[in-house]
Amino acid sequence: MTFPMTTRRALLGAAALPLATGLAAPRARAAGKPIRIGVLNDMSGPYRDTTGAMSVACTRLAVAEFAASKGLTVEVLSADHQNKPDVGAGIARQWFDRDGVDMIMDVPTSSVALAVNSVCREKNKVFINSGAATTGLTGKQCSPNTIHYTYDTWMLARSTGGNTVKAGGDTWFFITADYVFGHELEEITARFVTDAKGKVLGHSVYPFPGTTDFSSFLLAAQAAGAKVLGLANAGTDTVNCVKQAHEFGLAPAMRVAALLMTIPDVHALGLATARGLLLTESFYWNLNDRTRAFTARAKPLLGGRMANMIQAGCYAGTLHYLKAVADMGVDAARADGAAVVARMKAMPTDDDVFGPGKIRADGQLLVPSYLFEVKTPEQSKGDWDYYNLLATTEPGEAWQPMDPGCPLVKA
Amino acid sequence: MFTIFGIPGPLLFGQLLLGLINGAFYAMLSLGLAVIFGLLNIINFAHGALFMMGAFVAWMLLNYAGIGYWWALLLAPLIVGAFGLVLERTLISRLYKLDHLYGLLLTFGLALVIEGLFRNEYGSSGMPYQIPSALQGATNLGFMFLPNYRGWVVVAALVVCIATWLLIEKTKLGAMLRAATENAPLVQAFGVNVPRMVTLTYAGGVALAALAGVLAAPIYSVNPNMGSSFINTVFAVVVIGGMGSIIGSVITGFGLGVIEGLTKVFYPEASATVVFVVMAIVLLTRPAGLFGKAA
Repeated sequence: MTFPMTTRRALLGAAALPLATGLAAPRARAAGKPIRIGVLNDMSGPYRDTTGAMSVACTRLAVAEFAASKGLTVEVLSADHQNKPDVGAGIARQWFDRDGVDMIMDVPTSSVALAVNSVCREKNKVFINSGAATTGLTGKQCSPNTIHYTYDTWMLARSTGGNTVKAGGDTWFFITADYVFGHELEEITARFVTDAKGKVLGHSVYPFPGTTDFSSFLLAAQAAGAKVLGLANAGTDTVNCVKQAHEFGLAPAMRVAALLMTIPDVHALGLATARGLLLTESFYWNLNDRTRAFTARAKPLLGGRMANMIQAGCYAGTLHYLKAVADMGVDAARADGAAVVARMKAMPTDDDVFGPGKIRADGQLLVPSYLFEVKTPEQSKGDWDYYNLLATTEPGEAWQPMDPGCPLVKA
Repeated sequence: MFTIFGIPGPLLFGQLLLGLINGAFYAMLSLGLAVIFGLLNIINFAHGALFMMGAFVAWMLLNYAGIGYWWALLLAPLIVGAFGLVLERTLISRLYKLDHLYGLLLTFGLALVIEGLFRNEYGSSGMPYQIPSALQGATNLGFMFLPNYRGWVVVAALVVCIATWLLIEKTKLGAMLRAATENAPLVQAFGVNVPRMVTLTYAGGVALAALAGVLAAPIYSVNPNMGSSFINTVFAVVVIGGMGSIIGSVITGFGLGVIEGLTKVFYPEASATVVFVVMAIVLLTRPAGLFGKAA
């Protein structure tokens, strides 16, 4: 009687794959030797608003600003991986084998990112990840062809978990999505909480996907009497949790820490509901003069919305990649992806999104992370004026120490 | 504090009540499905998408026309019901002579198209919709804080379910509807416009879905996928209750809400599957469902 979601998505998938790659093919044969960047992310599913077309727009902005001034010809392609590893890896292969793509950008959803990671390594191309949360990209599965921008689970846990305990939120209750990402996020955050002399009073693990009502878990959290409710989930689940936490009047006795939430989610909730939420991003449009300058330039491309850290990270990653390509020459860059990544690691990064930074041997970009509190409607002075900055974690502290399991670390 | 199976009593009562509230949504959605299946023999897979449209129309009324929640409760079902009317007249009515499967395929395709269009226009992360000011806050019941809005949802759902049941089982119009499903040519021979009645029935079922959508808007994320996360469970409810049985869908809706709520206390990991376990057991022992008539 019931159609599982997978069937529905598979139907879509069968249609989208030839479409996504087929469109790019004629251009590939017609042009000379341009650099081709493929933005691969979720164009139709749950992460469409946090990555999607705005990631493509930010990538294009970097190309428009940098490529012309250096005489580079750069083309940007995009495709929808539908959050399926097989679809993502398939598109990556076709892009490399048939369409002459040199670099893949973004790739949210950890399972897809890890699949694309190995394809890029096999084909010796460049993979700059901005969208996925897994620390695996810089851990055991780290690759000489991959750079991880923007954020990961460790960085979110460190900033939100560690700083919140310091500010007095020392007892926690977790609501956790029952899959690898949820468990990993809860586990790492709990470690920061206990390290900072805080206590975890309990957790509720709920089935993912398929849960829309979280009131039972909110009630359990209330009964436990924790000061902080940690939401180890993402997307619509987080939005539903926050909406219902507001309804059940958890605040002000309990603060809600959304362990992975970015500005489009806050926009979806509205300030009246999201007020007081704690969350971490490595970019906020109104953070400083440079982020405001970036936003002013990006605005015409973004259709009245604001970029989150992931989308802005696509700008920063593309810019740094193009700098390395310009430095090496197009032919050398196209011939050897690992050499481009090595050059990117050798050059310090500097852009309006993250400010100055550098890329570590394991491929992790080191920039500060910021703990924000969502403003109340009264505090907000205009559209998208959503965050108060609570704490900054410096690059040296913000990221997981290099994992000895990564072969690049020993080298 | 007393405990039941190691769970504090107040927590258990709280979860039972929450289960009842979720059951109210299941009941309202499966009610519409049961009405449509019972009278049209169409398995309406677009029901989740129409539920979502109800919530979105409420959001649109507020943001484009400044019309608040209470009017939306009336207007959104009318607007979405009118949309259902057009669907039935232009597409669904052509399938009555064919196998069930064609209706299922058509409505499933419609659901994908409707959800895709909304996703394209409004994105996937959702829209904010506030609880109306009269229903904000919570009441202390002693064993839990019940948000006033949830209380309202249960009351509203019960009223709607009972009214629909009365309409179909106890009025002359309902009698004609039931007669038309048994033997349409005969009823038509008595001078009743059967095709029009069928169209209005579909629109009515759709309006019920939209009403549930408006009720859901303040507590669930208003996004294009909100219907698909409900619809699987709701179909299970309809199957357990007995395809086309109105009273069955209502009782099963509330009952499964409670079972799901209890599962969330004792073993939350299984709360999404328990409904289907019940469905399997029921189908093995009573293939026509709890309240269905054997074919």
